[in-house]
Amino acid sequence: MRLTLRVWRQPDADAPGAMVTYGIDGISEDMSFLEMLDTLNEELILKGDEPVAFDHDCREGICGACGVVINGDAHGPERTTTCQLHMRHFNDGDTIDVEPWRAGAFPVVKDLVVDRSAFDRIIGAGGYITAPTGAAPEAHATPVPKPDADFAFEHAECIGCGACVAACPNGSAMLFTSAKINHLNVLPQGAPERETRVLDMVATMDEEGFGGCTLAGECATACPKGIPLPSIAAMNKEWLRATRKVSRS
Amino acid sequence: MTRTLWGSTIGKKTIMAVSGLIMLGYLVVHMLGNLKIFFGPPEFNGYAHWLRTMGEPFLHYEWALWIVRVVLVVAVVLHAVCAYQLSRRDLAARPSKYVHKRARAGYATRTMRWGGIILALFIVWHVLDLTTGTVHSGGFQAGHPYQNVVDTFSTWYGNVIYLVAMLALGLHVQHGFWSAAQTLGAGNATRERVLKGTANLLALALTAGFIAVPVAVMTGVVS
Amino acid sequence: MNEPTNYAEYTVGEPIADTKAPDGPVAERWNRRRFEAKLVNPANRRKHTVIVVGTGLAGGAAGATLAEQGYHVVQFCYQDSPRRAHSIAAQGGINAAKNYRNDGDSIQRLFYDTVKGGDFRARESNVHRLAEVSVEIIDQCVAQGVPFAREYGGLLDTRSFGGVQVSRTFYARGQTGQQLLLGAYQALSRQIAAGAVEMHPRTEMLDLLVVDGRARGIVARDLITGAVSTYFADAVVLASGGYGNVFYLSTNAKNSNATAIWRAHRRGAHFANPCFTQIHPTCIPRSGDHQSKLTLMSESLRNDGRIWVPKARGDRRPPAEIPEDERDYYLERIYPSFGNLVPRDIASRAAKNVCDQGRGVGPGGQGVYLDFADAIARLGRKAVEEKYGNLFEMYERITAENPYEVPMRIYPAIHYTMGGLWVDYDLQTTVPGLFAIGEANFSDHGANRLGASALMQGLADGYFVLPSTINDYLARNPHHDEIDDSHPEVAEAVADTEDRLRLLLAVDGDRTPDSFHKEIGELLWEHCGMARTDEGLRKVLDRIPQIREEFWRRIKVPGTGEQLNQSLEKANRIVDYLELAELMCLDALHRAESCGGHFREESQTEGGEAARRDEEFSYAAAWEFTGTGMAPVLHKEDLVFEYVHPTQRSYA
Repeated sequence: MRLTLRVWRQPDADAPGAMVTYGIDGISEDMSFLEMLDTLNEELILKGDEPVAFDHDCREGICGACGVVINGDAHGPERTTTCQLHMRHFNDGDTIDVEPWRAGAFPVVKDLVVDRSAFDRIIGAGGYITAPTGAAPEAHATPVPKPDADFAFEHAECIGCGACVAACPNGSAMLFTSAKINHLNVLPQGAPERETRVLDMVATMDEEGFGGCTLAGECATACPKGIPLPSIAAMNKEWLRATRKVSRS
Repeated sequence: MTRTLWGSTIGKKTIMAVSGLIMLGYLVVHMLGNLKIFFGPPEFNGYAHWLRTMGEPFLHYEWALWIVRVVLVVAVVLHAVCAYQLSRRDLAARPSKYVHKRARAGYATRTMRWGGIILALFIVWHVLDLTTGTVHSGGFQAGHPYQNVVDTFSTWYGNVIYLVAMLALGLHVQHGFWSAAQTLGAGNATRERVLKGTANLLALALTAGFIAVPVAVMTGVVS
Repeated sequence: MNEPTNYAEYTVGEPIADTKAPDGPVAERWNRRRFEAKLVNPANRRKHTVIVVGTGLAGGAAGATLAEQGYHVVQFCYQDSPRRAHSIAAQGGINAAKNYRNDGDSIQRLFYDTVKGGDFRARESNVHRLAEVSVEIIDQCVAQGVPFAREYGGLLDTRSFGGVQVSRTFYARGQTGQQLLLGAYQALSRQIAAGAVEMHPRTEMLDLLVVDGRARGIVARDLITGAVSTYFADAVVLASGGYGNVFYLSTNAKNSNATAIWRAHRRGAHFANPCFTQIHPTCIPRSGDHQSKLTLMSESLRNDGRIWVPKARGDRRPPAEIPEDERDYYLERIYPSFGNLVPRDIASRAAKNVCDQGRGVGPGGQGVYLDFADAIARLGRKAVEEKYGNLFEMYERITAENPYEVPMRIYPAIHYTMGGLWVDYDLQTTVPGLFAIGEANFSDHGANRLGASALMQGLADGYFVLPSTINDYLARNPHHDEIDDSHPEVAEAVADTEDRLRLLLAVDGDRTPDSFHKEIGELLWEHCGMARTDEGLRKVLDRIPQIREEFWRRIKVPGTGEQLNQSLEKANRIVDYLELAELMCLDALHRAESCGGHFREESQTEGGEAARRDEEFSYAAAWEFTGTGMAPVLHKEDLVFEYVHPTQRSYA
């Protein structure tokens, strides 16, 4: 395949960026999108240009490091991560626009690399169960009903890639935040911190400058792990419950 | 609790959801009341008069109406202020746009902000037109709402303003009702269809019910 | 650069011994060690700084636990977040001797299986400890909210895995590693938010600071600004993972690398058993030269999938057109009692053998079928989907083939490295104050790791072992001196790092870092992969110095060192891979026996199975670095088997 790529190039966080056009030939449809970018980079290096910087690591769709906006879609046209998107979903002669995640809370670091550390701070605010090593009771002491365990798992699948924020017209992190809250709040082990968890995580999410949710639904469409939109409603419910409960005590 | 609500995006959305539902409830009643116009001037004018005497003798004349007005004004103001603040926040959270443009989200979702502004302007015009009579076309007669309504919808601009606003209202309610349900935590995977269906039904019923009046005037069914 | 001569002519130095493992009955050793270890007064712990490099299962668990104990932890990862370490990609599960199934499992049996599975090249005391601790790991993870698979009664589900006959593997669909890692990450995040852990993401360790013979810190580069800085501590813990990426194509994360452990090796930490690399039998075959990494399909698939190839050579018919009696279910045929569940090394080699016979399938004949037709007929599509749904999806996404209808094609790929920094029972390397945990050390898996044991070892080291043993070192070796950048040994290490980076940028040649990496990888896969020979290994040993010379003449790294420069990161890692590859081949050459993942063609039974030579090679080979391209010194640690007596492994 021969493709025309228009890639966002930005030397560093403070410099202005722009779309730069590259022609690329000999792309196989079995390549992943990142392997296509590797091919471009090999050519750029040999020409003495700086290769396009992008985050990636496991390349099997689970670490959450990769992620670019392809023709306006976070992670591109398929519901998967960029590393698992294959070139067979494009056609010979296509022009492909490649941009970084864009959100106020995710400043661009270089080219397609953004700073997603705000996500780590949201988790640090309460996205855990306080269970210091060694203090755990026997695993079978607390059975967890299978539906609850499945609900927890479904939300625990979030890989923290940030596609939800990138796709949201408001740059909102509600889907990410709700995934972790729902994972932990449904489990009996998470119950003691149920209220503080949701209140603190939502407060941190707001402080980090993410937008609010207008239920546009773009996040759930972009999510490579299929975290469902109703998980935001479930978080809202948890938040209202916690607000009532905390104000009563 | 107030501080938690006001200080959080979810809290502000909750305020918007509750105030929105209050206004929605009012609109359903308002729309049903409007339909009385099809039963002729005495019934419609009588209904309008009853609105003022509602609650008597426990309440004084017009007290009930004023209570409703105060609640509505508070709801409108809270709804608008939260919407303004959240919109400012949302726009700041996405400071640079994607170069590759693509239509995002549904039409109703994307028009919530503009729709809200249109509705706010409409409310001002509507009150000045049919409550105070300030901008009413042809002599406004207090106590004769039937005639006032017919006057308004006898002008082309009266009809245009009204029709545009009611279409905006339909879109606003369609997304707003569903969105409010999510905000209040009522949404889950199984209830999604029921909620969306209710939202569509409400939107349709309100738009159709409200539009019925100007259409009736234009077609001469009501004169 | 030193003159690369006579690398193969290594010398044998003093034997090395694990002085920390207590004697006495193996089941009591861990308790005894914990009791004998000195403790640090809780009030004094915050005065001790511990550096942890890496945030995978081992590093994340260790950082969180040490911080919970009160130590001041300074932690590093090259990724943008500690949540992304490659432990996250482990699919299948984690072993624990809980015996919830009442199927005859016990600590003793897990111990036995692991020693046997490792082909008798692991230390008994370490493995027994691992089996003991395995039970606590499950408790710990459940308490953290790890959503393990459960049955309708609400209790934990388990499944069986390669190389064992009990069902002791706990799992979270096909994402066990992810869920365990997020558990550790969340515990770590709590400590970061509490200020107990100072986290440095996007920061890569480039050297170890050894002052007066003890590990006192690291040199690290901020990958965003390019700034090279020093960090000081009372002890350094390396949890930087394995070195499988030396092969270029592996199932490791692209940026996973050997620099931290290799630089520590250069600073005096012995490197043990580098030739013990694991080849995973169930990976998706490569599709072309563009391939940047290989994707693993969980070994758990072998529970229900049946592996076969056509009986006839060069049979190019589509699988559905090959009748049952023309298929060779070779694992079931050769190993009737374990069938498709033989250990990884055996399954991998068997796949290579049938492909070498010309019976491989798919493009290039480098693949075998993993067929679920029987399982779908027996269990129903829904049950298969429940168990393996996400793996099937992943396979279809990559290959555009639907495994519910067409058998999967699989082929072995480099997956895990059993070798690593030599550590004693306390997980301390030969550099006092330097510890290595998880895949970075060599300790528990011998010559072959059983499935679902990597997660177990990483978490055992991180949550339970290191946090106990490091106390003893810190209590006995308090530091009273303050060191800073002006110390000559520190200044030398910083200058060394900066010079290396400058040189990489200055060459301005005509070959990309990846082109060198691929060249080394292909060479190793060919001669130091699934089967190794004296001749092939010597060929690589001759070739590497030439590649190194060419590398320093032709490498091209655009940009500068004062910015995010991914080419520079790659090139710098290749410098270390070049030396590591040499040591791997030397180790493989010197170990003229077959054991576990190390198969020497010269040493096999008549039936073509690996033949161990215990009288000569029942030791761990700990190598001492002497200089780039210079012959290293071999220190042997004799392995003593008091409980599990070495036998030729048989899975027939």
